[in-house]
Amino acid sequence: MSDHAITLTVNGRQYTEQVEARMTLGDFLREKLGQTGLHLACEHGVCGACTIVVDGLAVRSCLMFAVQADGTEITTVEGVAAADGTLNPVQQAMRECHALQCGFCTPGVVMTLTSLTTGENEPSEEALLKAMSGHLCRCTGYQGIRKAIKQLTAGEAA
Amino acid sequence: MSVPISGAGRYIGQRVLRKEDLRLLTGRGQFVDDIAIPGVLHVAYVRSQIARGRIVSMDLEAARALPGVRAVLTAADLGQFNVRLSNMHLHENNGPITLPLTAEYVRYVGDPVAMVVAESRYIAEDAVALVYVEYDEEDPLITVEDAMTGPLVHADRESNVLLQIGLPPNPEYERILAGAAKVVTSTLRHQRIAQSTMETRGCVSNPTGMGELTVYIGCQSTHIASAAIAIAFGLSENQVRVIARDVGGGFGLKAQPWREEAGAIAASLLLRRPVKWIEDRLEALTTSCPARESDITTTMAFDADAKLLAMGVVYNSNNGAYPHMPDAGMPVMMFMPGPYRVPVYQFTGKAWFTNTVGLGGYRAPWAIESLARESLFDKAAREFGIDPIEIRRRNLLTSSEVPARNPLGIEIDNITPIECLDNLLTKIDVPAFRAEQAEARKQGRYLGLGIATYIEPTAANGIFPLLSDHAQIRIDHAGKVIANLSTHSQGQGIETTHAQIIAEQLGVSVDDVTIYQDDSTRSGFGPGGAGSRQAVVAGGAIIRTARLLTDKIKAIAAHALNANPDDITIEDGMVKVAGAEAMSRSLREIAELAYGDAKRLPPGMEAGLDAQYRYTAPRMFTHATAAHACVVEVDAETGFVQIKRWISSEDCGVQINPAIVEGQIAGGVAQAIGVVLHEEFTIDARGNPTAVTFKDYHLPAITDVPILEYTHISTPSDSEGGFRGVGEGGIIIGGPTLLNAVADAMVPFGTLPDDLPMTPSKLLKLMHSEMPA
Repeated sequence: MSDHAITLTVNGRQYTEQVEARMTLGDFLREKLGQTGLHLACEHGVCGACTIVVDGLAVRSCLMFAVQADGTEITTVEGVAAADGTLNPVQQAMRECHALQCGFCTPGVVMTLTSLTTGENEPSEEALLKAMSGHLCRCTGYQGIRKAIKQLTAGEAA
Repeated sequence: MSVPISGAGRYIGQRVLRKEDLRLLTGRGQFVDDIAIPGVLHVAYVRSQIARGRIVSMDLEAARALPGVRAVLTAADLGQFNVRLSNMHLHENNGPITLPLTAEYVRYVGDPVAMVVAESRYIAEDAVALVYVEYDEEDPLITVEDAMTGPLVHADRESNVLLQIGLPPNPEYERILAGAAKVVTSTLRHQRIAQSTMETRGCVSNPTGMGELTVYIGCQSTHIASAAIAIAFGLSENQVRVIARDVGGGFGLKAQPWREEAGAIAASLLLRRPVKWIEDRLEALTTSCPARESDITTTMAFDADAKLLAMGVVYNSNNGAYPHMPDAGMPVMMFMPGPYRVPVYQFTGKAWFTNTVGLGGYRAPWAIESLARESLFDKAAREFGIDPIEIRRRNLLTSSEVPARNPLGIEIDNITPIECLDNLLTKIDVPAFRAEQAEARKQGRYLGLGIATYIEPTAANGIFPLLSDHAQIRIDHAGKVIANLSTHSQGQGIETTHAQIIAEQLGVSVDDVTIYQDDSTRSGFGPGGAGSRQAVVAGGAIIRTARLLTDKIKAIAAHALNANPDDITIEDGMVKVAGAEAMSRSLREIAELAYGDAKRLPPGMEAGLDAQYRYTAPRMFTHATAAHACVVEVDAETGFVQIKRWISSEDCGVQINPAIVEGQIAGGVAQAIGVVLHEEFTIDARGNPTAVTFKDYHLPAITDVPILEYTHISTPSDSEGGFRGVGEGGIIIGGPTLLNAVADAMVPFGTLPDDLPMTPSKLLKLMHSEMPA
């Protein structure tokens, strides 16, 4: 297997690493960079648990090779709360709405909702629900995730 | 003594935010694959690609030669450990001898025949692809019908019947059937379900010291895991330390370690290296203790007033080759009568071996009883021409009829099915729905209403190891509370709910309570997550322990402050003397005294502030009760079922945290929606699983689960704290509620097919085979 040098920024820190061409981005971030908040649950792009943000877009890290991430800027679930531990609005809404139980699918849900609600984006409740149809959760019946979405799209009124 | 604590305390009954969430939302949880140990090796299994046959030869040389491969092991290599896997009761109950690797004869597609241990999972999988196995293939037995007539799955067994259960034939039953005003019968075929925890199974086994083993494993109880591993390897429990901080769903799949975990542990002992096995999703969907596959034929005999005279059941389950839970069908017989008057009851059931992966127990393994009973009550109501609610009212046990014993002798007392049903009906206007339904039918739209009632046996007491829980609570020298519990959480939120109970009882802030349940060496033995028991049993243990501790705090404070112990209260972490505000002391001050100043303790009192208690619930089963309703529309063009409303009315006794109660109900209902409409572990005629990804195996997504409406009544149980448990109810009652709604919608077209799930294609076929009446 051929190794390749890649340089990328993960949660604000730059790394240069040698990776095998076949290593998925998800495995790379977990195993080489210790970002174990990223969870691999199906490894075929259906469940959404491994979602991270690559150059501003939500991406399934099981469907991307690490070498494809050369030169990118990546955020994982470890990188969205403030340095002092303050949760970001998505994390806070999910906490307040009991949107998780076992927490295994949770990092992916956080990252998709974060990517869609960051910056100028003001997506509708329906748009976020649609995005969530790409995430599987076996514990919650999605009730708390629905509430969190409502809270996130209701602005200050929530 | 058994005094229900308040249903609306400072913490009990409050929607306290979960303590677990801060780490889980920020990626700082610790799941089994997050464990990194220097030098760890990775396992991938070589699995049989045929369902039945003899291994003629195995060529392992190419795999062994691959750089990075440390070992390729077969059953012969693991023989020295004489591994004997046990069931969740920790004995070889009826199951065949189950080994990590199969030696000569494979019995299902996926049967592990060899394992590769390599420097990485990538290399291990490369090597698996280099193993060549030649089989002498035989025709497999896939269904129960195959098993009834086919050759033995296990040559050393007398038949393909794994387990036979039943009641002695009752001549009264046939007599009642012959003379009854109405007899209804129906068959229901429950599909095989892939348990589909979002975190798959996995373990990391680290042989340390002399004959010691530390195992990180996805489990539902660190103690059961430790005991099962000890039994499997001829060790004692003190040699097997099991650690499981965060577990991504259990549902029964992780009740006890199974073949693959045992294989990884054996490899670690053999190679003297830490070894990791993390199941991938293909393995999880094809070889990971699926559940439920069974058929049930139920007969009910009624008098002219639609009162049940007798119920008879014939039950068969397809338990596969090496069942993880061989007796999964046993509780069907026990719980089938539910909350109803069943004067005469007949049951016969068989569990069968087949050439499929062994059956496990999945959240309420007996749940087919409510599916069968509740759907047959609806069928009977239609034949009588009475409302489904009315037939239930005529047959539910009333409060004046309990305590009663069900036909199996199980005590039924302190249940509230009629109250739950009444409460449910305050939330839905049934006559208005019927009018809407009639109007919609004229327009070619098919609406249905489903209702079901049940009681859920919780906190089983008397079936080892489901008996008791242990709490050890200490207040440290700084006044903070630390509890080591025999519980285990796979998402249930026990670090929050049980901290709420402690905070309520001790008069401290919930923020000052920390719960540990992640290490078998840290807490007393307990069976963990199983049978909706941890609120009831561990809750009781906590209350009793906290009472001991509170008494001690009061005695110390009274002695130090020269006050009467009866005048002392603990509120917000302050120990107060009635009428003497200035004498208040912080818990920290009392703790400093208890740990540091023996002279100021009451004479004879031992130092420190800790206490422990082991609690057993007072009944063989505590019962939770519920009635649910849902409204569906079946699209006449697509056959797609849209769930328009879902209302849960339940009584789980005193609620510790309503948000967590509702979360348990919702999760179960979503799984029930999967059972009735979406999920199916399909197997072809040669025994190959054919739903091998989440694109083929359809878990309910957010758009498949409606917004649930809840209404609660809280009748305290007579166990300490008044809790009843709520873990499995949603999936039990969700199934028949939805199935009844679909059947109601399809009334113009006739009877639903007898096999789950009710896919759009099956419903379209039904709609096209009959013209609407």
